[in-house]
Amino acid sequence: MSRTPRLLLAFHLLFAAFMLAPLVMVALVSFTDKGYIAMPFDGASWRWYRAIGDASDFVTAFWRSLGLGTAAATLATLLAVPAGMAIAWHRFPGRDALQGLLLSPLMVPHVVLGIALLRFLTQIGGSSTLWGLTAAHTVIVLPYVLRLVVAAATGFDRSIAQAAQSLGASGWTVFRRIELPLILPGVAGGWLIAFINSFDELTMSIFVASATTETLPVKMYHHIAHTIDPLLASISTVLIVLTLLLMMVLDRFYGLDRVLSGKS
Amino acid sequence: MNEPRNLLPYWLTVPGVLVMLAFVALPMVLTLSLSLYPFSSATGVGEGLTIANYADIARDEYFHVIFMRTFGMAALVTVICIAIGVPEAYVLAHLSPRWRAISMVIVLGPLLISVVVRTLGWAVLLGNEGVINKLLLAAGLVTEPVKMMFTFTGVVVALVHVLVPFMVLAVWASLQKLDAATEQAAESLGASLPTVMRRIVFPQVIPGVLSGGLIVFALAASAFATPAIIGGRRLKVVATTIYDEFLGNLNWPLGAALALVLVVIVLCVSMGMNRYIERKYKQVFV
Repeated sequence: MSRTPRLLLAFHLLFAAFMLAPLVMVALVSFTDKGYIAMPFDGASWRWYRAIGDASDFVTAFWRSLGLGTAAATLATLLAVPAGMAIAWHRFPGRDALQGLLLSPLMVPHVVLGIALLRFLTQIGGSSTLWGLTAAHTVIVLPYVLRLVVAAATGFDRSIAQAAQSLGASGWTVFRRIELPLILPGVAGGWLIAFINSFDELTMSIFVASATTETLPVKMYHHIAHTIDPLLASISTVLIVLTLLLMMVLDRFYGLDRVLSGKS
Repeated sequence: MNEPRNLLPYWLTVPGVLVMLAFVALPMVLTLSLSLYPFSSATGVGEGLTIANYADIARDEYFHVIFMRTFGMAALVTVICIAIGVPEAYVLAHLSPRWRAISMVIVLGPLLISVVVRTLGWAVLLGNEGVINKLLLAAGLVTEPVKMMFTFTGVVVALVHVLVPFMVLAVWASLQKLDAATEQAAESLGASLPTVMRRIVFPQVIPGVLSGGLIVFALAASAFATPAIIGGRRLKVVATTIYDEFLGNLNWPLGAALALVLVVIVLCVSMGMNRYIERKYKQVFV
């Protein structure tokens, strides 16, 4: 099994190069000392990293995205954990329909959710507010948490909880002392994936966010649509490095494939 | 578990369900009604119900071109993702654990990096002054820059990069269930690698290819950032057209109608493919 044919290995290397090429390129051009997109080989500098500090609107958008991602992931987790436990452990009429509804944001294209929420929030006076954006993000990241909670809860032995119950533990105690600790890895992984998805979300936010609630990806998109300069490359490189760190955490504790496909 | 007629599961799901009803189901219904309002550029959104927006989309050559381009692009991206994603997942499954861990980060990691960042990378690579053109010119392979930004090819390449991890992930998941003994049996009976791939491995991972293909197709057909940045103003797809109608022309009813037509076509194609493949490869869907 370990003898992978040469041809396939060569293909694998090409594939890896294809996946890495644009990211490496962004990192390279971010070190240029020129005022335009260029390779750093005939003059490298930290110029564009220092420029991030002066681009206060990008810094504001970064903190806004960070707060938004934290709030949306936390709210989604609070909603998804009880729902996930109900779906994993109980058979009740309407279970599949409710699960389908909770996962529905995965089926609707973000551009469509974007216009639907823009229209809806405009009608209820929530457009261009931060709470409207938070609600929108909570909804789109909830399925990611739900999938991991259901996967984590499905894998565990219910007889432990029943034993505790028969020894007189209340429902809340069983949840706090037994059920939650056992599904915690799934909950934490779900929170992290939800946070990353909210932090990266562009297509829906571009409709829902206004000039005063611009998230970092929206800000970057509007900048790119206007001009592509090394400042964007240095900001992107910072994001790549931060994502890489999160990725190592996820991979270490869960395995990237499991977290991303939402399977146990 | 043993309480009679347990209402607990409903209480546990109700908060999430209410949020979904308020922020997904209701807005979608409102979008449907929005698409039935008349619009004129002079007076804005009018009164009464009409199917004029849908009739516009059905009649106007301009929209036909955009829909054809979008779904042609999505189909091509899906085919390429299958062609390169399936062998890549196969290689991943056969690497030693250490190399697999590194390769996983390289192949799946980009999913966690913002689409804007990844697309920016392709803009840097594909531009007339970009790295690929510089290399081609330096090698003397071309005499003038090859136009790749703002082209169909450029968007397809960048979209494949953005979406192929979903294909690898789906096929990888179904490869996990595959019995290695079937492959070894075929090999020991003298089958060549391509034959093993075509006759043994591929049919068994069909469910993975199908689910990966559906995800890639749906995401490619509704992609916004990559076609907007790499395709630019002129190479419009449905998603960027919706954006322009909504935020440029302020023709919200037409934008809503376009969005719903997009959703319906994606759903029909997905369900059609699902039915077709499941019937064709009955034996592997058990």
